[in-house]
Amino acid sequence: MKPAPFEYYAPTTVEEALSHLTEHGYDAKVLAGGQSLIPMMNFRLVQPSALVDLNNIPELSFIRPDENGGLRLGAMTRHHHVEIDPLVAERAPLVHETMPKIAYSQVRSRGTFGGSVSHADPSAELVSLSVALNGRFRLQNQKGERWVPANEFFTGLFTTVLEPDELLVEVALPPMPARSGWSLMEVARRPHDFALVGVVAIVSLDKNNLCQQAQMVFLSAGDVPMVAHKAIELLKGQAPTSEAINASADVAASEDIDPGSDIHATAEFRRHLANVLARRALEQAFKRAADNK
Amino acid sequence: MQNLFDLALTVNGIRYEHTVEPRTLLSDFLRHDLGLTGTHVGCEHGVCGACTVLLDGQPVRSCLLFAIQTHGHEVTTIEGLGTIDNLSPIQEAFQDAHGLQCGFCTPGILTTVKSFLEQNPNPSEDEIREAVSGNLCRCTGYQHIVDAVKLAAEKMRA
Amino acid sequence: MTKKFIGKRIKRNEDPQLLTGQAQFVDDVEIPGMLHAAFLRSDYAHARLLSIDVSNARQRPGVVAVFTAEDMGDDWQPGPPLVSPPPTAKDVIFYSRRQVPLVKDKVRHAGEAIAVVIAESRYIAEDAVEDILVELEPLQAVVDLEKAMEVGSPLVHDDLESNLAAHLFQNKGDYEEAKSKADLVIKRRIVLDRGAAAAMENRGIVAHWEEKSQHLTIWDTTQAPIPIRNGTAARLGLSEHQVRVIAPFIGGGFGPKMMMFYAEELVIPWASKKLSRPIKWIEDRRENFYATTQERGQIHDVEIALSKDGHILGLKDVFLHDTGAYDPYGLTIPLNTQCHAMGGYDVKNFATEVSVVFTNKTLVTPVRGAGRPQGIFIIERLLDIASKELGIDRVEIRKRNLIPLDAFPYEHKIIDQAFAPLILDSGNYWPVMEKALEMIGYDKFIKDEQPRLRKEGKYVGIGFAPFIESTGVGPYEGARVTVEASGKISVATGIGTQGQGHFTSFAQIVAEQLGVEVDDVRIVTGDTTEFHWGTGTFASRGAVVAGNAIHAASTIVRKKILELASKVLETPVDELELEDGLARVADIPNKSISLGELAILANPLRGAVEPGTEPGLEATAYFGPKYGATAFGTHAMILEVDPETMMIKIKRYVTVEDCGTVLNPLILEGQIHGGVSMGIGNAYYEQLHFNENGQLLNASFADYLIPSATEMPRIEVGHIETRSSLNELGTKGVGEAGTIPVPALFAQAIENALYNQELEILEMPLSPNRLFELLSEEKSR
Repeated sequence: MKPAPFEYYAPTTVEEALSHLTEHGYDAKVLAGGQSLIPMMNFRLVQPSALVDLNNIPELSFIRPDENGGLRLGAMTRHHHVEIDPLVAERAPLVHETMPKIAYSQVRSRGTFGGSVSHADPSAELVSLSVALNGRFRLQNQKGERWVPANEFFTGLFTTVLEPDELLVEVALPPMPARSGWSLMEVARRPHDFALVGVVAIVSLDKNNLCQQAQMVFLSAGDVPMVAHKAIELLKGQAPTSEAINASADVAASEDIDPGSDIHATAEFRRHLANVLARRALEQAFKRAADNK
Repeated sequence: MQNLFDLALTVNGIRYEHTVEPRTLLSDFLRHDLGLTGTHVGCEHGVCGACTVLLDGQPVRSCLLFAIQTHGHEVTTIEGLGTIDNLSPIQEAFQDAHGLQCGFCTPGILTTVKSFLEQNPNPSEDEIREAVSGNLCRCTGYQHIVDAVKLAAEKMRA
Repeated sequence: MTKKFIGKRIKRNEDPQLLTGQAQFVDDVEIPGMLHAAFLRSDYAHARLLSIDVSNARQRPGVVAVFTAEDMGDDWQPGPPLVSPPPTAKDVIFYSRRQVPLVKDKVRHAGEAIAVVIAESRYIAEDAVEDILVELEPLQAVVDLEKAMEVGSPLVHDDLESNLAAHLFQNKGDYEEAKSKADLVIKRRIVLDRGAAAAMENRGIVAHWEEKSQHLTIWDTTQAPIPIRNGTAARLGLSEHQVRVIAPFIGGGFGPKMMMFYAEELVIPWASKKLSRPIKWIEDRRENFYATTQERGQIHDVEIALSKDGHILGLKDVFLHDTGAYDPYGLTIPLNTQCHAMGGYDVKNFATEVSVVFTNKTLVTPVRGAGRPQGIFIIERLLDIASKELGIDRVEIRKRNLIPLDAFPYEHKIIDQAFAPLILDSGNYWPVMEKALEMIGYDKFIKDEQPRLRKEGKYVGIGFAPFIESTGVGPYEGARVTVEASGKISVATGIGTQGQGHFTSFAQIVAEQLGVEVDDVRIVTGDTTEFHWGTGTFASRGAVVAGNAIHAASTIVRKKILELASKVLETPVDELELEDGLARVADIPNKSISLGELAILANPLRGAVEPGTEPGLEATAYFGPKYGATAFGTHAMILEVDPETMMIKIKRYVTVEDCGTVLNPLILEGQIHGGVSMGIGNAYYEQLHFNENGQLLNASFADYLIPSATEMPRIEVGHIETRSSLNELGTKGVGEAGTIPVPALFAQAIENALYNQELEILEMPLSPNRLFELLSEEKSR
């Protein structure tokens, strides 16, 4: 399983990288961590005629505090570095908690935040997490740059708004709301496999201990991260009782997601799991919110 | 014929200078261009872990790297861990605990374990299993591998 | 003589090489001028080959040759039949159809090889494969076993009337008569599906024909180097001594590497001879899923007749067996299934009928277990159902039926895979089962822990599964043992090694006889130049058959040493002992001579020798058992099921094994652990999913799920030794034991865990998804 030949570029600045992308357009692929791209190239499922390797561009790799209390990450920041960074642990605890669940350690040595997000696999944790956290992405091309909110970035299966001449260069994650709790839960055949179904739940409580804000996004439950709009609506302003949580989980599983069937799970089983996970994740998130006050 | 690129890297402390096609996988470069056949290829899609080497000290899948990407970097393979007459504590522990049978997955496990024990010198059984969960073994059922890692940790702490 | 080496947990001789990356596997072979091969394989499972145009591929720079079936001319021959139908069985139907080197008229399974490219690198070869223009007319694929047997089904082999590949009845006693006397008859349909061996090392072959010396050397990841040598020589019109086959270090065999004359083994040596160049072909993982053999697909209609006190009066098993597109391996797997469907129980009436069916899927040949897991699954499931229906405790019902100690050797009157009458040579079954139940704390768990856990809302089940394993089958193996001038011992035997530790366990056998250290014994396996008589490593027979041949040769060498030493030391033989590499007088330790010196004396460069003697201290011996020894074991497991997600967690896993004399307990444990991990894979993680077009949907490790370290429990291994009377060492095989009872065990444990569901598991493999479906089906009933 050897890849087909390609033109190879190893730019050392973002500008250089962009000029290669502009030149080759759809024929070029960006090489970030390579943990998703190179297997596909080895299988010859993709055969790009040009590869633009971003791994020699130091300016794309950083973890910085944002003045709003959140985080800024360079697109080429390795999962491994995000996993061990104390700033991430402090300002994005849900990201910190999620990192060990991503694939295996050997994959996290190379995989990158921007690479994972640009690949837009609906089973990828960081893809759904960015949406749930209201993250934003800075996209750059030779003409300029634009910020795109995560919930507008993913448009279809493995598809984003990125133009062929555009590069994702930075990720901004806002701080967690006050009095919030969170949870990310997955069901996977083996702990490091892609989830059959997963859910991210982030909730916050108001001073009366009613649900102030809620966010629920499902992994592997549709072509893109599935935001559970109806389920979230049910929770707002409610006391987080088990009845309220169960009702929300039921709606999420039956109306907010669109899972497919494959050899690992039928759509029906995925809906069932989504229901179970939504309930368990909401329970954990609300408990943490109560503890975090 | 593709363009060839100059590649200069250090492997197990030795500097090599070669020219390579960009598409040559690091696993193939190590095995066939450098003759370091200790690193094994099991799947070429990044799941089995047999090809794991250390890149600047971090475990990586050499089947998911192009050799050219290691230009200017340091690679450690199983050949760099010890020799037949001078086994490292990890290698000794694997022999003592019968942590290998056919030995095909073993190089990937040893490099993974080397990096793991550097970061976690006193691991629990669960942590060990988690650490090698990205390395598939079809022969051992993992139990003696786990025992070997515990033993290696002991030897290295002594 | 007290045992010094046999039965000891001795570190392995071969480990330092393997641990330092210095062990040679087939892909490590590099020969100057070596070329690389890649195959064009069919995407369709069933298709007519209309045309093929390789001209573009031939013109690609770096491509040396491209061959199709047509290019092979008269050299194009299907592989040889490997196992004939049983000669002593009555009314056997058998249509032998074997795999071909390259597709000539039609494709019969997805992944079948159509053409081969030989180029300067594998990369270029794969590029050139994409240059080949091939026209295939897709035909309807035969996938489902039952549909394959329907009138009007498309035919896998057009020259046959149906997709029936073989048919065999076997009969013991009179089942219908037994049934007429039964208090209870249970009928069920049991379905088992395919899995792959998925060794970490894919297959590979390097063939080097040297025109000047007229010699062919082949490195092959085979479990059977000697038959490969003999068959390849025959096919290429060479003398067997012109061909050397080396099976170096092999990264796991598990059965499929025992399949011989795969398409690639037919093509690559031929191509090397044609081009007079060394050629390497290394299978990649995707190819492995298509082109390496698989196993386990069967559909059974079973019946068991019992008396009301739970005694088995009779058993009937009518089944379909999926052989894939060809049947080179004969009836081995279904015969094993038949021989294990009675388990270790005293069953006096057994009627069984198998129809082997061709399908448009990858070939089926033995994968660790080789039909035995299916047999054990049947009997254990039926006993569990009987236990419920008769209201007899599930341990008790088995105890009542186990073959008692005084009934051995127990004759079953049906034939086994070696075409011999099935005889269970020895065993002491109940104590093994009892020990397993003791080790897992069965009674206490059922009485105290389980009720408590259930009150807490946990679903934790306990299961156990006794089983037999036929091992150590003939025909024979051989070995040569030689004392060298250095005093070290060199040994050669024909079988190969794929991680079982032969280099150590065999050395222990030799060391025991000759009084040397284990690491002073150098074992060579799998090189036809070193030893060229034998069959291979399969069916849990390596240690038994080759081990006993080595033992026999060692005892002859021991005798030669003692006789020569007796002359040299002028002391009677019975006053001498062999220890520390010396032959010495028992009470006068400094009156000794080293084995090395003796070896030199035995091989003089000058002078006369006694007529009728042989030079050196060397012996070659062969061993062929009268029939295969049967081992017995029991596994037990405590398993928790999350009733919402269907995910499982194994809390405890116990095995007790009786495989006769144990050569090296460390190696034995390793074999059990590994076997159990494959069994757990077979039970809950691994399944090959073919769609209705015969295409494999999970041909990668991302989607074919092998247990990793986080899925495996710690396994507690208990042991009982009932020596086999069939060989001097008293050993039985154990290589497949870990795998055999696991599916039956899982079915029982999951049912026990989900106690408040009406769940009856009659299929394997399972998965969370499938469990969910079964429970949903139950609910809607």
